[in-house]
Amino acid sequence: MDTTTRRRFLIASGVVGGAALAAGATTLALSDLLDTAGNRPEGAKTLVVITLYGGNDGLNTVIPYADRAYQDARPELAYDGGEVLRLDDATGLNPALKGLHELFGSKKLAVVRGVGYPKPDRSHFRSMDIWQTADPERPGNTGWIGRWLDGAGGDPRLAVSFEKVLPPLLAGERSAGAVIGAADVKLPRAVTAQALAGFAKPSAGEPPLQARAAACFGDLARVREMAQQVKDADTDSGDGDEEKVPATGTGGLAGLQAQLDLVAQCIEAGVSTRMFSVSLGGFDTHADERDLQETLLSYLDRGLTAFYRRITAHPAGKDVVVLVYSEFGRRVRANASDGTDHGTASNVFVLGESIPGGLYGEQPSLTDLDDGDLKFTTDFRDVYASALDRVLQADPAAALNGWKGRLDWW
Amino acid sequence: MAEREKVAHLLRRATFGPTADEVDRAERAGYQATVEQLLAPAGADRGAARTPAPKLGADPYTDLPKKPTREQRQRAQQARKDQVQQLTHWWVDRMVAADHQLAEKLVFFWHGHWATSVQKVKSAGLMLAQQQTFRRDGRGDFGVLVRAMLRDGALIHWLDGQRNTRKAPNENLARELMELFTLGIGAYTEADVKAAARALTGWTVDRVDGTATFQQARHDGGAKTVLGRTGPLDADSLAEVILAQPAAKTFLPARLWFRFASGEPMPGPVRDRLSAAFAGHDVSALVRALLLDEQFTATGGQLVKQPVEWLVGAVRQLGADGTAGDKQRKQLYQGLTRLDQVPFKPPSVGGWPSGTAWLNTFATQTRVQLAQALSAAASPAFLERLSAAPVAGRPEALARLLVVDAWTDRTRAVLADAAKDARKLTVLGLISPEYAVH
Repeated sequence: MDTTTRRRFLIASGVVGGAALAAGATTLALSDLLDTAGNRPEGAKTLVVITLYGGNDGLNTVIPYADRAYQDARPELAYDGGEVLRLDDATGLNPALKGLHELFGSKKLAVVRGVGYPKPDRSHFRSMDIWQTADPERPGNTGWIGRWLDGAGGDPRLAVSFEKVLPPLLAGERSAGAVIGAADVKLPRAVTAQALAGFAKPSAGEPPLQARAAACFGDLARVREMAQQVKDADTDSGDGDEEKVPATGTGGLAGLQAQLDLVAQCIEAGVSTRMFSVSLGGFDTHADERDLQETLLSYLDRGLTAFYRRITAHPAGKDVVVLVYSEFGRRVRANASDGTDHGTASNVFVLGESIPGGLYGEQPSLTDLDDGDLKFTTDFRDVYASALDRVLQADPAAALNGWKGRLDWW
Repeated sequence: MAEREKVAHLLRRATFGPTADEVDRAERAGYQATVEQLLAPAGADRGAARTPAPKLGADPYTDLPKKPTREQRQRAQQARKDQVQQLTHWWVDRMVAADHQLAEKLVFFWHGHWATSVQKVKSAGLMLAQQQTFRRDGRGDFGVLVRAMLRDGALIHWLDGQRNTRKAPNENLARELMELFTLGIGAYTEADVKAAARALTGWTVDRVDGTATFQQARHDGGAKTVLGRTGPLDADSLAEVILAQPAAKTFLPARLWFRFASGEPMPGPVRDRLSAAFAGHDVSALVRALLLDEQFTATGGQLVKQPVEWLVGAVRQLGADGTAGDKQRKQLYQGLTRLDQVPFKPPSVGGWPSGTAWLNTFATQTRVQLAQALSAAASPAFLERLSAAPVAGRPEALARLLVVDAWTDRTRAVLADAAKDARKLTVLGLISPEYAVH
């Protein structure tokens, strides 16, 4: 395991302490966030980043179905022209992405192909670190959003994760975003709203950890209140799904839909948060990939489409941009277990009312390969730089170590 | 502090969750005698005998032909997954049932210390073999354990030891050996890592039966300098060089302190006392010194129960293992997935997180749901003891049964509202902030 990842886990497991960020150290109550409603600068936009953990197979997500080389490389896994949701005469989306296909049709979705970085690393941990720190050379322990936060004054409420632990993405040099664990809302009858409120009361003189345990009940009560306002909240990760889905790295176990519901609530409430991080895990499809990936992509599609319809029905929705990425794509050639091994360059989705939808980025060749893998055509820092510039209205160079590139279409 | 509170604290930390009867016995025996009884229990472990380790047989992959069909491979994969689940459920059963609780808790400590995940190792047999090493060598000479671990198939596979050859060294195992298992960060240089990797070359894992074997041809027999010592070091002499370091005397005591005593840094005087106790590398002597240290008694409330501790402790205290059928028990254990602590699947070689990492909204929510299932599985005897108290006295009766020293007024008020219904009261006790920490 590489130093960064190791360091991160060391921090989490308490092997090193000091000023380092401990996982969960910046847990906030949702009420802390909602208290910021109305403090939002006029015209401030919101970035929602969706991380797909495990390495989503990009070639079976945005599918070059007309390319013989694609069909030849993965006969059991390939989709043909009749199965894909067409984007043009050569490219289509995975059949599970019906909602996103519609959004592409209405020019709200940009599909960027061939996104990657030089000298790709095929370790989940290290590659995810590279993507989250935006440093392909020496991923340190600060994320690109964390560094933006440092420059934006460091208020943890500006960058919020609904995952279980703080992703490195949100860790800055001097500050860090906040974690607010998402939770679904079915509580047993024994646990009434009064009981939650009762447990949430601080008790003078109790140990700090016990006080923290009590405070979690306040968060939970608040999350429940909000979620009850969401009609038909449909979580997409019920019990037992974990058994089906390989869990490499982390990724929200609370359903993506549940996380996105909370994001939508916050956006509608006009909180000061500028960046939300949510995730879906399980994309490490080394074997029997087709069904598994379709299941996961349908979670993504359902969750993201419902979220988008909901926020765009609200005035705040026009200023929201969603970015979807994974730590790498997968090997062009299928492996012997009807799956694929770790690869390199892949696609990034950018979705929003302000986005000029379309198909961007050069499709990497499927025959001119780098050790069996795609050669990237768009540097991921160009994507980040445009997001920082266009959505967070910040100077990208500060958060991206002087990086000058941009996406020319955004 | 009252004697009962002292022994209750001791048992909460040194076991997977004591029952009220166990605390009664410890109170009668006294603190010191209880520590000795934990370290060297009198009598056979009948609970362990009732929960024998599964006989896994050969790894399902050993029977695969050279060119398996897709169906054959899928069947073997599924059989492996089934074995992993069988092993995981067995271990949780064993944690619940073991009479020699401290021994079992130390096995769990070592699992988190040499944190190896079946996610990568894939083979339940290898994981069980590693655990048997913890059982055999985990309470004596630490040097023996280190040398055994450098030959452990699961660990070698996990840290790519089989890729570490004379021609192409792989530093993964060498680095973690020093950084995470024996010395701690900063007690060695990058040059030490490179040289230690060369010392460890030659060990490989048999792809069929998973045993680790030494292949001389892959070993780099040349001279290496590690931590200032030069020679044709191999795995055993490397272990010796490492354990002779001053950092080795304080590292393991600090890790035990971190898991058994407090998330706060170990005070200097404690470090001195524990490293003196560990001078001969005897793990039991170190554990004894820790449990008898006056500062240990003062660490109440400074640890968050890890999910495994919380769940297993609740099953033990509620007698739920006797009541719940196989299916119900399996459902309870599935809860560990949602709580993010599944035995044999640590998140990384760094082991599981601690402290506030376990305290967030999602975890709280999950504990609420599991508490409901636990309460439904509570034994009739538990519910009778709780209901035997007059309604007004039930919160205190519950505190005794869950081995909580005292409820805060806040929690007592919540419990009082539900005291008429023993099952409901139990749910609330299990999710209370007092029960989340120890």
